[in-house]
Amino acid sequence: MEDALQLIISKYNYWIYITLMMIGLWGVIAKNNLVKKIVGMSIFQTAIILFFVSMGMKKGATIPILLHGHAAHSSPHAAEYINPLPHVLMLTAIVVAVSTLGVALALAVKVYRRYGTLEEDEILEQIRKS
Amino acid sequence: MTEHLPALIVVVPLLTSFLIFALGWLKKDLCFPVGLFGLAVAASSCMGLLLRVMRWGPVTYKLGGWEAPWGIVYVVDTLNGMVLAAVAFSALIQWIWSGPSVKRHFQDRLGALYGLQMLFVTGLLGMTVTGDAFNLYVLLEIASITAYALIAMGPERASLSSLNYVFMGTLGACFYLLGVGYLYIMTGTLNMADLARLITGLHGSRAIQVAFIITMVGLWLKMAFFPLHGWLPNAYTHAPYPISGLIAPLMTKVMVYVMIRIDLNVFGPVYSFEKMGLEKAVMWLAVLAVIMGSIMALAQKDLKRMLTYVILIEVGYMVGGFWLGNKSGMTGALLHLLNDVFMTLCAFLAVGNLLYRLPGCSFPELKGAFSKMPFTMGALVATALSIVGVPPTCGFFSKWYLLLGALEAEHYGFLAALIFSSLVGVVLFFRVFEWAFFSTQEHEEGEHHLSHTFQEAPVQMVVPVLLVAGGLVVLGVFSGEIVSGIVEPVIPLTFS
Repeated sequence: MEDALQLIISKYNYWIYITLMMIGLWGVIAKNNLVKKIVGMSIFQTAIILFFVSMGMKKGATIPILLHGHAAHSSPHAAEYINPLPHVLMLTAIVVAVSTLGVALALAVKVYRRYGTLEEDEILEQIRKS
Repeated sequence: MTEHLPALIVVVPLLTSFLIFALGWLKKDLCFPVGLFGLAVAASSCMGLLLRVMRWGPVTYKLGGWEAPWGIVYVVDTLNGMVLAAVAFSALIQWIWSGPSVKRHFQDRLGALYGLQMLFVTGLLGMTVTGDAFNLYVLLEIASITAYALIAMGPERASLSSLNYVFMGTLGACFYLLGVGYLYIMTGTLNMADLARLITGLHGSRAIQVAFIITMVGLWLKMAFFPLHGWLPNAYTHAPYPISGLIAPLMTKVMVYVMIRIDLNVFGPVYSFEKMGLEKAVMWLAVLAVIMGSIMALAQKDLKRMLTYVILIEVGYMVGGFWLGNKSGMTGALLHLLNDVFMTLCAFLAVGNLLYRLPGCSFPELKGAFSKMPFTMGALVATALSIVGVPPTCGFFSKWYLLLGALEAEHYGFLAALIFSSLVGVVLFFRVFEWAFFSTQEHEEGEHHLSHTFQEAPVQMVVPVLLVAGGLVVLGVFSGEIVSGIVEPVIPLTFS
């Protein structure tokens, strides 16, 4: 029990991202409303972005900017600086997530114009009848 | 100039697509020739690169001059040289072919359609050429998002099918990204060659194991491997027919290539096949994919929809052949990757020709197609022979290697599935040809629904289809050279 608690507390960032990811996955798979599915998809993507951002973090470290004079004669200690690479990667991933969200919402509008509803079962009912 | 070929392959289509978007507002008539020029440049660069790689070995290109583990590199060996050439040439042929149909259906959004089409090709080419795991994700999303938009341009149910594809496709890409994250945590690098070097020291790690499984699930989702195939039939059936000739042959095949690349050149054959111990499970999934795909294809009454299930069968072939884990199986999978691009291309272009003249392509609507559209149907017959696996066509040779691989691995389930699906293929296409050929006399007097518009498609659409159909035979004739020159150099030595 002690160990399990220790595991949860020391790795809390992973638990948060996994919880969020599962919420998102559940939203995409189980929800009936298309916009709720889109929200689920967005949560799923955000969870992965959080995962990447949290893995660049170090305790007691600062932003990765070298002040002049500091790096001139001695090489900087990597432990003192946050790893910026995952954050930079996530800038791209955020752009991807936003454009996916945009395409998905545009498609939802198109679906609504055609069927007059966003509930998946009602749409399938209409398709079956036609 | 030649040392910049890898960059040209991606940069030229990318810039062309922006130019086309702009021309869509300014001067619509120029969209088609500009795109044609861009794709011709890309295709000739790919071909030049493939020849160069075949003669002098793999090429590494550093983007912006940054050294390997920090910058992004493009790495080309014969495996992705082959995929690049196949993608670029089929995109070029499809571009020429789609001219009349795009003009007819999309005159009002010419710039958007052509621009997206070009951007889609950019994504595929970039995904194939890159040697960086994260770069691959970005280009994968470029290709996917443009594919969503292109599919949604179709009529009727297309937007709903496309939305389902968005959900599944995004989940797949996210799983891949998550796997890359795990690899990054363990190794601190995103360069594929560097990852491969560092992973050899981490074979026992649980995190690498998780990364492997998550990445594979993500890629299987993207390539519509059996239990994860749900999105594909609807999305490809409801896509507008000028577009399905582009998306259907290329997207799944490039994803199969990515899986092979990740398994062989990131995790390494030793890890993928010996340490993971997944191959039994994957093989049975592949067997199920082939058999279920065949059965579901039999249940279809629409030619285009039936062909989407044939794609599922082919994905089962390639994944299964690869995971057999011996030289013949892998040769078969790689050869089939090349052949299947052109088989599917030919099939969907022929279906596009039919749809150009007919309101739909359910079997009864195909009545009399042989007499009215002999060239298109001839090409479809060639495709059918190739998909079934009749000797002079290329489909026979890759299937032969797959069968050999299954025998060598003593995996009789896969062997049975291969033979079963070939027999089903005969039934599938015979049904189609029966409707198109034999039904014509009995119904002609009674029903005058065959209007005068039902005739052979324009020359610009017929010639590309015939060209690809001829290419199927040419690929078959040269398959020995392809195997020895292109496929064998990339098969890892552990499989000899």
